[in-house]
Amino acid sequence: MNSGDNAWMLASSALVLLMTPGLALFYGGMTRSKNVLSTMMHSFFLMGLVSVLWLFYGFTLSFGPDAGGGIIGTLKYFALEGIGNELWPDATIPSSTFMIFQCMFAIITPALITGAFAERMKFSSFVVFMVLWLTFVYCPVAHWVWGPDGWLMTMGALDFAGGTVVHINAGVAALCCALVVGKRKGYGTEPMMPHNLTLTLLGAGLLWFGWFGFNAGSALKANESAAMAFVVTHMATAAAALSWVFAEWIIKGKPTTLGVASGAVAGLVAITPASGFVGPVSSVIIGAVAGVVCYLAVLLKGPLGYDDSLDVVGVHGVGGTWGAIATGLFACAAVGGKDGLFFGNAGQLWTQVVAVAATILYSLVVTLIILYLIKAIMGLRVNEEDELVGVDTSTHGESGYNL
Amino acid sequence: MRKIEAIVKPHKLDEVKEALSSIGVQGMTITEVKGFGRQKGHKEIYRGAEYIVDFLPKIKIEVEVASDLVEPALEKIIVAARTGTIGDGKIFVTPVDKVVRIRTGEKDADAI
Repeated sequence: MNSGDNAWMLASSALVLLMTPGLALFYGGMTRSKNVLSTMMHSFFLMGLVSVLWLFYGFTLSFGPDAGGGIIGTLKYFALEGIGNELWPDATIPSSTFMIFQCMFAIITPALITGAFAERMKFSSFVVFMVLWLTFVYCPVAHWVWGPDGWLMTMGALDFAGGTVVHINAGVAALCCALVVGKRKGYGTEPMMPHNLTLTLLGAGLLWFGWFGFNAGSALKANESAAMAFVVTHMATAAAALSWVFAEWIIKGKPTTLGVASGAVAGLVAITPASGFVGPVSSVIIGAVAGVVCYLAVLLKGPLGYDDSLDVVGVHGVGGTWGAIATGLFACAAVGGKDGLFFGNAGQLWTQVVAVAATILYSLVVTLIILYLIKAIMGLRVNEEDELVGVDTSTHGESGYNL
Repeated sequence: MRKIEAIVKPHKLDEVKEALSSIGVQGMTITEVKGFGRQKGHKEIYRGAEYIVDFLPKIKIEVEVASDLVEPALEKIIVAARTGTIGDGKIFVTPVDKVVRIRTGEKDADAI
């Protein structure tokens, strides 16, 4: 075991965990005040739920020895059997460190989806949805991309820290949720303004901070690759925060704080798959494009007519897709050992497209099946009256602000 | 006795208070209110979605004065609260039937 690597990976795991409370703040500030707690509850509840599922079977489905064809892991590590002090294969850290690092990724991915159905989802249905989604969508896709002999990894798809597994996956699931759960009551006719953007800005700051563990930690070592991933993560985020603000300033006339926060997150999302493979200048381009593209994607939501309440599709779906494609464009062998199109390897771009398409298709189909099943059996939404008073008091019996 | 109810821009509150004190007005009640008149609302933009916010924050000042103080008080409020731009507010004056100071039981002019 390398104690330097282990120290960095344990710290990274804690950083990635912090992203989920950060996300709770980021999302919570954007809802109306009557739904702030229910929205933050989604993230916090998942920190509990996913961790326990991960211990028993999530980790082994994702990272257990391949069951055949690179589709899913076997149950060899059920209840963390054999996951302890011994080194994780091809790594310099104990397998328990690797397991807990990956646990934090499994927590934040479903938490990202919750922005799509905020302010109206029934809590019990949310719990059932998340158990099924983690089991049947997250674990297989994580296995394809990162698991031993996963088929996308074998094919050579590059995804350093989770552009496909985390962001495209969550973005597509979010789109399904927005469509099947349906619009919030009054969407399009009543104003639905964020109630406290100071929370959102604080949340964006915590996400930016925690993301260093997410991306640089994905090197699994405290080495040069981690250092470069750290640098490009920061630079892409900086560029995207600027480009989103400039885009809205030009189009709508005002530079906004929600814009700078959203741009930063869009940049973080886009650089995620590319972070171990591209250099600093490429990262600035990836981030700058992400800020503008995600802003335009969010603008499109209105005309398209679906109510993705907190823009998970526009930021994570679109940003993740751009990042995965951009990895195929900007990857540079001098950084991460693989070249992309701009460095003379056109084939990599095609591999990236296949990985993106496979993730979108699989996530779309299975998420829809899960949603329609739950809708038929127990319903997805709180009733109209409860939605009107707010999910905080009607479901949780609390209100965020008692002044 | 009259009640003067003045709706003013929030940042003008201190000037109005000073001006009224200077002519011997000894107390007032203020409330943070929202509303609109000819100024109408303003536009807010969140992630590109535009919302018209109709109700703007104002301060409502309520003062009870003896009838002979009404005109000087109005003058003071107008001078202090005016910026000359739309949205400066309005003043309403209404008669007051009775005033009682709770601690002493004093009534009307003595209680103002």
